[in-house]
Amino acid sequence: MKKLAVAAAALVFAATSAQADIKIGSVLSITGPASFLGDPEKKTLEMYVAEMNASGGINGQQIKLFIYDDGGDASKARTFATRLVEEDKVDAVLGGSITGTSLAMVPIYSDASIPFIALAGAAEIVFPVRKWVFKTPHTEPMSCGKIFEDLKKRKITNIGMISGTDGWGKAMRTECLKMAPQFGITVVKDEIYGAGDSDMTPQLTNIKNTAGVQAVINCGFGQGPAIVTRNYRQLAIGVPLYQSHGVSSKSYIKLAGDASEGVRLPAAATLVAEKLPDSDPLKKVALAYKTRYEKQTGEPVSTFGGHMYDALMILTQAMKRAKSADKAKVRDEIEKTKGFVGTGGMVNMSATDHLGLDLTSFRMLEIKGGDWTLVN
Amino acid sequence: MAEFLQFAFSGLTVGAIYALIALGFTLIYNASDVINFAQGEFVMVSGMTAVFAAAAGIPLPLAALLAIVVTVLFGILLHRLAIEPARGASPVTLIIITIGASILMRGLAAVFFDKNFHSLPPLAGDTPLNLGGAAILPQSIIVLIGTGIIVTALWLFLNRTLMGKAMLATAANRLAARLVGIDTSAVIGISFVVSALIGAIGGLLATPITLTNYAIGTLLALKGFAAAMLGGMGSPIGAVAGGLLLGLLEAFGAGYLSSQYKDAIAFIVILAVLFAMPQGLFGRASIERV
Repeated sequence: MKKLAVAAAALVFAATSAQADIKIGSVLSITGPASFLGDPEKKTLEMYVAEMNASGGINGQQIKLFIYDDGGDASKARTFATRLVEEDKVDAVLGGSITGTSLAMVPIYSDASIPFIALAGAAEIVFPVRKWVFKTPHTEPMSCGKIFEDLKKRKITNIGMISGTDGWGKAMRTECLKMAPQFGITVVKDEIYGAGDSDMTPQLTNIKNTAGVQAVINCGFGQGPAIVTRNYRQLAIGVPLYQSHGVSSKSYIKLAGDASEGVRLPAAATLVAEKLPDSDPLKKVALAYKTRYEKQTGEPVSTFGGHMYDALMILTQAMKRAKSADKAKVRDEIEKTKGFVGTGGMVNMSATDHLGLDLTSFRMLEIKGGDWTLVN
Repeated sequence: MAEFLQFAFSGLTVGAIYALIALGFTLIYNASDVINFAQGEFVMVSGMTAVFAAAAGIPLPLAALLAIVVTVLFGILLHRLAIEPARGASPVTLIIITIGASILMRGLAAVFFDKNFHSLPPLAGDTPLNLGGAAILPQSIIVLIGTGIIVTALWLFLNRTLMGKAMLATAANRLAARLVGIDTSAVIGISFVVSALIGAIGGLLATPITLTNYAIGTLLALKGFAAAMLGGMGSPIGAVAGGLLLGLLEAFGAGYLSSQYKDAIAFIVILAVLFAMPQGLFGRASIERV
């Protein structure tokens, strides 16, 4: 089915190649350790662009994609970014799956004055504001803030932290440590594990033996949090465990198994699309994306492909408003995005905010019976 | 005390996995002077095959058997298609060939299986046992016992069978072994089969603990290589001691000193050991006569 759609899209390309195409570039981590981000992003991009092209394209122009795989390597991402600018001469760029690759590409697109919407987590990408750079995913200060809000509701003030040395884990650990005092929260034990480690019981034993720990936050992504969760239950640590939205895919629950029961995490609404109240404006978008993605790929949805969906919609809507793919006009229109409802939440961008999401776009989830549930 | 036991078991479990990989390095190195950088991929292929076979509905024992067969087949193919045709080449060339083979195997796994992390159900459930206040998973004990059995079996194979003795003879002196009528080329082939077998069993034992994905072999090979160097490249006892020591260093480093520097602590100790004993803990001194 997917192949048919792509073939159809290719035919349409051939038929309309006389008219100039809109060229959208994308450098994603389709293989390598971050492939669980890049892979759904690539599938989402191809799926929706094929659909847009089949229904006439944007402003009557077809979209032509240039997708490269950086394998999670920042220097490769930089090379491909140069290629997108100099050889492919793209009109806009989506992606950079992870913080490292996205930051490496920022100077290249900025120098070439090309609108760039990143799909990586770190707030650093858009704060302080860079003229040509935008992003769609929630940031690590948002994750910390959402967790701390929940802790306050549960009247918890003393926490332990265990963080991975991957880029995301490091960035989130720094933010959480910085923000904790503002919420009246004390980090009484702060532990680290390597991104490829297979046993975290020594660190967790130390957290368990620290007096006064009322909850534990695990900053990290990939398989690390799954192992932390298993070791956490192995040691029978009784206090609540929080994860970040870095684990918001079904594979985390599958890997951690029964140990994930009761774990809380802040995440985008996509994961609980069916369970949102009908009054929630996010429900329609999230459910449509989820159904579409799961039908086409046969894989359970993660929030990561949703970031690509949001980025593509923000870009193409800006192109429609600008009535062209002119780089400067499109950039201005992206910045004017207001009230856009994506899978990540309501986006209101401005000259000082190139992310446009606030904490209300986040949902606090709890894992129950092997599935995500909403915490009220 | 409970703390100490918890750290010790964590270190021994991880260390036993490193030890199995280090053993695989050692066997092939002994027979051919080649460091087989696809050793970690044997562990990965076995784990992934078992995961996907089990997911396809094959009962776990059969899936495990299939995983072993597939992995050993990879070992044979690696030897037949990549190492054997280049048999006149220098060890460095052959090492580069094994790096190429490891990249190929990762690529094949990414295409044939997928790129996500997977796990196998533990053999004896996941209710931790309480030993002296430390919570230990049954699977950790299985890994330790399994490693013990493999090491014993390997010792018996090397010292009690003709083929094993031929391997030892080849390791000691290839030219002399050939002169007394040992087919050293076949010995190298057997070393690949045995290494793949050890890797396969290691993968089955470790996957419920370490999880697996198509790229996990690189990391495991790196740790296993460090363990083999620490113990002394070429010594099976050294490989086991090196693996366990590396695991314990990491666990105690993280537990008692600082989790921030746990890898640094382990590598500083390795550097110190190699500085004082360049052949590793159990390595033979290589003497060149002129």
